[in-house]
Amino acid sequence: MIIDLADVKPGSKVKVVRIRGGLGIRQRLSCLGIHPGDLMLVQASGIMRGPVVVSIHGNKVALGRGVASKILVEVIL
Amino acid sequence: MKIVLVGQPNCGKSTIFNYVAGYKAITSNFPGKTVEYSISRMTFQGRIVDIVDLPGTYSLTSFDLAELEARKYLLREEIDVIINVIDASLLGRGLELTLQLLELDLPLVLCLNMIDEAESKGIIIDIANLSNLLGVPVVTTIAHKGWGLNDLFQAAFLVSQRPVKGNFFNFSKDVEQVLEQLKKELEEKNYIQEFNVTYRFLAIKLLENDQHFIDEIKKKDREFLKAIRNYQKQLEKCRERSSDEIISSERHHLSMQIYESVVKLSKPKKEIRNYLDNIFMHPVFGYISLVIILYLFFNFVFYVGSLLEEPLMEFFYQFLPLTEKILGSGSLSFNIISGVIQGLAGGMAIVLPFLFPFLLGLAFLEDTGYLPRVAYLMDTFLHRVGLHGKAIIPIMLGYGCTVPAVMATRILESERDRFITSVLTTMIPCSARITIIFGLVAFYLGPQAAMLVFLLNIIVVAIAGKILSNIMPEITPGMILEIPAYHVPSLKILLAKVWLRMKEFIVIAWPLLIMGSIVLSLLKHWHWEAIINQMLSPITILLGLPLAVGVTLIFGVLRKELSMIMLVQALGVSDVSTVMNATQIMTFTIFILFYIPCVATIAVLIKEIGSKRTLFTIIFTFFIAIILATITRFIY
Repeated sequence: MIIDLADVKPGSKVKVVRIRGGLGIRQRLSCLGIHPGDLMLVQASGIMRGPVVVSIHGNKVALGRGVASKILVEVIL
Repeated sequence: MKIVLVGQPNCGKSTIFNYVAGYKAITSNFPGKTVEYSISRMTFQGRIVDIVDLPGTYSLTSFDLAELEARKYLLREEIDVIINVIDASLLGRGLELTLQLLELDLPLVLCLNMIDEAESKGIIIDIANLSNLLGVPVVTTIAHKGWGLNDLFQAAFLVSQRPVKGNFFNFSKDVEQVLEQLKKELEEKNYIQEFNVTYRFLAIKLLENDQHFIDEIKKKDREFLKAIRNYQKQLEKCRERSSDEIISSERHHLSMQIYESVVKLSKPKKEIRNYLDNIFMHPVFGYISLVIILYLFFNFVFYVGSLLEEPLMEFFYQFLPLTEKILGSGSLSFNIISGVIQGLAGGMAIVLPFLFPFLLGLAFLEDTGYLPRVAYLMDTFLHRVGLHGKAIIPIMLGYGCTVPAVMATRILESERDRFITSVLTTMIPCSARITIIFGLVAFYLGPQAAMLVFLLNIIVVAIAGKILSNIMPEITPGMILEIPAYHVPSLKILLAKVWLRMKEFIVIAWPLLIMGSIVLSLLKHWHWEAIINQMLSPITILLGLPLAVGVTLIFGVLRKELSMIMLVQALGVSDVSTVMNATQIMTFTIFILFYIPCVATIAVLIKEIGSKRTLFTIIFTFFIAIILATITRFIY
């Protein structure tokens, strides 16, 4: 099942499928180690559509909803 | 000899710099904090060495102002050695920058910082193997303890004498083919002089669609740009992805390969700090702990501030009667000197006592790593105003002094966010305006009325934010924020940071404060109040205030807290309530709270957002003040 990262429940393990959006956001995410094919653990999700916290390659990153909705992921667990 | 520190944000680069170079750079847990670079001179083994601390850069592709500046510096300057600092616990990610630095073909030393963190995460790195693979010396350090730094500079020193060039790493075959063709064309064009980089580096960046280099080519040779686009398309055809993604994932794979061949993973240690976020980022307890921490923080600031304020004030004001006796109370020289004394006192006794504990507390929250959590918790609320979580830091700083608050907007990436946040921070009551709220509203109208003012202020700031973000719609999709691990901060680094920020206040704002005080004294000396009151009568009549209040508004622009002190003087009474009724006191306070920022703030605004936008800020806040104060006049 492929969905937006913004819609993933905390505690799920996901695989990045595709990053929508322009060059800027792709590069910024790639710098933080988020590329298509990578595995991430969704750790928390802020209240009232707050940011999503993912753990990637041993590092924590908070992504605002706007950013998270641009990342398509496949839920693995 | 010049050594340049390069590394990703939060790798501890500035800590290394602070440790060896004295108190000249800020270290921070926020990505991209050191937008300006710092430089320091030291002697090492009898030679003079310039150490440069560049802004944190995730990669050498330009899409962020700080990163572009850092790269320009690397390409432009004569550099003897680059020290590439990596957070050892994030080796895989850090290597992506290292690979790009190697493409520059400059002498390089790799520094694996926070090696203890890596070990406690269970990451064991084979140093010799890594050094062998990359072809450059690798040194491990724990910067905040000063551990390994001597070895690091020793290695840098050796490299500068016998330059070793690192290894290149080849991408996949299909990518290399395209790269090779483009490189050949670049060689024919002989672009190396103009860009001062290796052809390989330039070719990669062009394939990566790097804005800066593409623009440069566009300026020189439009035809060639088409050829580059063709190469990009050629790449895209093989992989069915955009060319920048192909290069970045190639680099990612290379880094992961190196990572896997040098790292042995063992079981990570169990540590309390790994569980702290279960509370601090929890949807309920997170906000409760935020309120408690902020409550303690502000209590600490006001406790220390008020403890210092009174004795310092007394100390300065004891000179006033003395100079009056010597120079005569009506003389011009006395008025100038008393202006200077009041200006000195204002900075030393009113601003610094609050600024110091505030900055110390803030630096503590920053270095422990708590601030990114605050940004996370506040993002959803600020989002409604059109900003991101990070904007909460300058806004919080605004309750201390607007000057450092405006400076703190540098942590925001987009120019738009910096502008909007700057405007909003000028409307947050600084300690001077808080004094007015307490001194007038709380004192004469009661603490509930003061609470009302603070509440109204937050609502107005939110609405103003909404208006501004509607005028300037957002282009960026939102917050991307690293949440670093918690650290125990070192006192040495904390104090260095506080000192650096205090210096900014002392150099920029304080001289203006003293100047302002002198101007005020001169106004008094020549009795120009009447003229000013007449000029400002449209405002005072509109707001239903006594005419004599006019002059205090001018004072307020020079120094906010003077509005109140001068109010007492202008009205000629010690009890304001005898000449102003409750409505007038409230109207006056509301107007003072929002209208035109003080001169020191204006100076910083011009530096940070430019004079046009500063003018806008002045007009914008003035209109808000007029409208709200008029409403207050009729409904309170």
